[in-house]
Amino acid sequence: MSNELDYLSRLAVTGKLSRRAFLGRAAALGATAAFANSMLLTAARAEGPVKGGILRAGMQGGAATDSLDPATWSSQVPYFFGRQWGEQLVQIDATGVLQPALAEEWGASADAKTWTFKIRKGVQFHNGKEMTPADVVATMERHSNAESKSGALGIMGGIDSVKADGDTVVFALKDANADLPFLMDDYHLMIQPNGGKDNPTEGVGTGPYKVTVTEQGVRLGGEKFAGYWRDDRGFADQIEVVVINDPTARTAALQGGQVDIINRVEPKIVELIKRVPGVTIQNVAGKGHYVFIAHCNTAPFDNNDLRLALKFALDREELVQKILFGYGSVGNDTPINKAYPLFTEMEQRTFDPDKAAFHYKKSGHSGSVLLRTSDVAFPGAVDATQLYQQSAAKAGITLEIKREPGDGYWSEVWNKQPFSASYWGGRPTQDQMYSTAYYSKADWNDTRFFNDKFDQMLIQARAELDETKRKKLYADMGTIVNQEGGVIVPMFNDFIDATGPKVGGWSPDGNQEMMGGYALSKCWVMA
Amino acid sequence: MSSPIVKLIAQRIALGVLLLFAVSILIFVGTQILPGDVAQSILGQSATPQALENLRNSLGLNDPAYIRYLRWAGGVVTGDLGTALSSGQDIAGSIGGRLWNTLFLAFWAAVISVPLAIILGLLAVRYRNGPIDKLISGLALASTSLPEFFIGYLLVYFFAVKWQIFPGISTVYDGMPFLERLRAIALPATALTLVVLAHMMRMTRAAILNVMQSAYIETAELKGLRPFDIIRKHAFPNAIAPIVNVVMLNLAFLVVGVVVIEVIFVYPGMGQYLVDHVAKRDVPVVQAVGLIFAAVYISLNIIADIAAILANPRLRHPK
Repeated sequence: MSNELDYLSRLAVTGKLSRRAFLGRAAALGATAAFANSMLLTAARAEGPVKGGILRAGMQGGAATDSLDPATWSSQVPYFFGRQWGEQLVQIDATGVLQPALAEEWGASADAKTWTFKIRKGVQFHNGKEMTPADVVATMERHSNAESKSGALGIMGGIDSVKADGDTVVFALKDANADLPFLMDDYHLMIQPNGGKDNPTEGVGTGPYKVTVTEQGVRLGGEKFAGYWRDDRGFADQIEVVVINDPTARTAALQGGQVDIINRVEPKIVELIKRVPGVTIQNVAGKGHYVFIAHCNTAPFDNNDLRLALKFALDREELVQKILFGYGSVGNDTPINKAYPLFTEMEQRTFDPDKAAFHYKKSGHSGSVLLRTSDVAFPGAVDATQLYQQSAAKAGITLEIKREPGDGYWSEVWNKQPFSASYWGGRPTQDQMYSTAYYSKADWNDTRFFNDKFDQMLIQARAELDETKRKKLYADMGTIVNQEGGVIVPMFNDFIDATGPKVGGWSPDGNQEMMGGYALSKCWVMA
Repeated sequence: MSSPIVKLIAQRIALGVLLLFAVSILIFVGTQILPGDVAQSILGQSATPQALENLRNSLGLNDPAYIRYLRWAGGVVTGDLGTALSSGQDIAGSIGGRLWNTLFLAFWAAVISVPLAIILGLLAVRYRNGPIDKLISGLALASTSLPEFFIGYLLVYFFAVKWQIFPGISTVYDGMPFLERLRAIALPATALTLVVLAHMMRMTRAAILNVMQSAYIETAELKGLRPFDIIRKHAFPNAIAPIVNVVMLNLAFLVVGVVVIEVIFVYPGMGQYLVDHVAKRDVPVVQAVGLIFAAVYISLNIIADIAAILANPRLRHPK
């Protein structure tokens, strides 16, 4: 049977058999629709990319206030579109390994304080100029000088100077950082002519597509850039991103064939979407996670027993099933999961009302604990909070829930109130995740976690070029956060996208949604 | 045209301008008391304190409120709406396209719904209390009772997903051929028509029925006129003032109240534009859009008032 299916799928891919006919014959041979579809995809991938056509994505996360200036990006649509028209020095691949992009190779001094990137030659910007090390230096300057409004300012803080030297660019760091190359994959740090200083919103980069349509919050479009330097991406002639913030409208647009790929399929409708002919759900485990954050320096959360009680009082399995509908995995009260390099498994904390009650009693706290939540904290946050309230009640802990308006939640509640619901997107490395939110001096230390030993280990690990030693350090740091931190992590959420019948070449990439952000460049329109 | 009428109309317009001025103050105050601040909202969750401070300084958010009001009001009077804080673009320019889209959709929804509502209203009066009246009223009330997002989703489900006759997302853009554009707005225009139909139809029916109690209608009946001629010639002209009023209210709704429909059909109109900017605390844009909405509302109401004045013979022919 499978030989015949193989044969049929090859016919279908080469256009000798219509897709519909193929699915019909496959069904006659006893294959399920999902299996037949996946056969078709495998055959299509083996058949190789198809050039031409238009590929359209319908996405949540765009607004009329967006801009083409990479420094301003903080939401999905501008960032995702940016990945198609601009490139960074390096790119993290689906397995978490750093791959060369605009830098051909890189290396560090023995103390990890000086990093040298060899810049690729012969790469053209969309305006016809050739990319030079001077452009790279200018880009880094624009995102790191004191007047910068760039979202990358935080990660650029540790860089002392950036200088061009022949065909290389040399980064001198204030402190050692073994992870610096990973920082260069940040989407803000797209290399632009003269760093984009002349006209920040010009939209000129080196990516496979040049920007042709910018109706922010409505539609963004690109056209294949003839002078693009690599041939393993940029297959469609044209790409388009349509902003569809309403989930129902987004799904309908995919079903109606007006777009080929959509992001953020809601977990609760995944089962329904799966049944639509031609539509494939593309879900991949990522580093993003949902959190309940308690300030370790504010009463009553300054008592570690109370924090432990709250950690034991949470039924993580239940939340994964009821909030994520199984499209995710349980968290373990650290921001790190197996998607990170150098991850070490740690004993899983489970729902244990007895231990919760024990620690709660030991903490000496009485009365209720106020937990703030909101629709925007994460999808399903209000429901998740209520489930948490019920499981905590079984341990004799009264959670009082306050539902805050979504408008203003990030400026008035998150990182201000002592106990609230929130989410974190992943970071490429453990160092970045911990430096962003758990280092005592971090701006977003949203759990007010001040632990000298942890800080020391973080800095030590950063300078450590020996992987085994680093791994051990990260394992110990994970244990500290798990035992003493203010973060309660119920779950890591999958990225759930969906593709229509015409999309070829999709492969899972958990760095970000939409194939790590490269869906429109790496996929093609099937004939 | 006699002078009392001109005076009345001038009065209405002057009142409208005054009202607009008062609204501008309200809008300004309203936007000042929104929680959160622009810089934080622009940079989002991923903002560092230094980036925030840099942005606040460059946006001039540290000036006192009354100075910012005067600067803004002065700009509006001279036709300068300022620049958007979030994108740095000229507001008048970027609103232009959106306003045009909104008016385009509102126009076509009105072109369908207003005549339809009035004709159905007239029919309902002609066959009042009969099965036709009941049917018309029942259907219209049913369509109004359904929330607009539900109507929208129903239309999308049947026309876009199931039968694939019309596109489910109504993204229109510059340079789109006219017929394409009409096709794109078919579903949102239908949804809007269904939303506003009943109100206008019922008011038309009620206003005419009210007039039908009058003695001169009885006279007309006794003269032997056909029922539909009585309604058309005698009742309708006398009921025009309340009908114009409710039509104008609904037209105003079509311009300022269609955020939900815009979101469902991904239509690039003013509503979505406003919501995006409220979310980013882009105050100048929110103020500009608020003012435009207020102006639309006030001017449509002035038109309704003036129409009522002109339709009233006692005002047209003073003693």
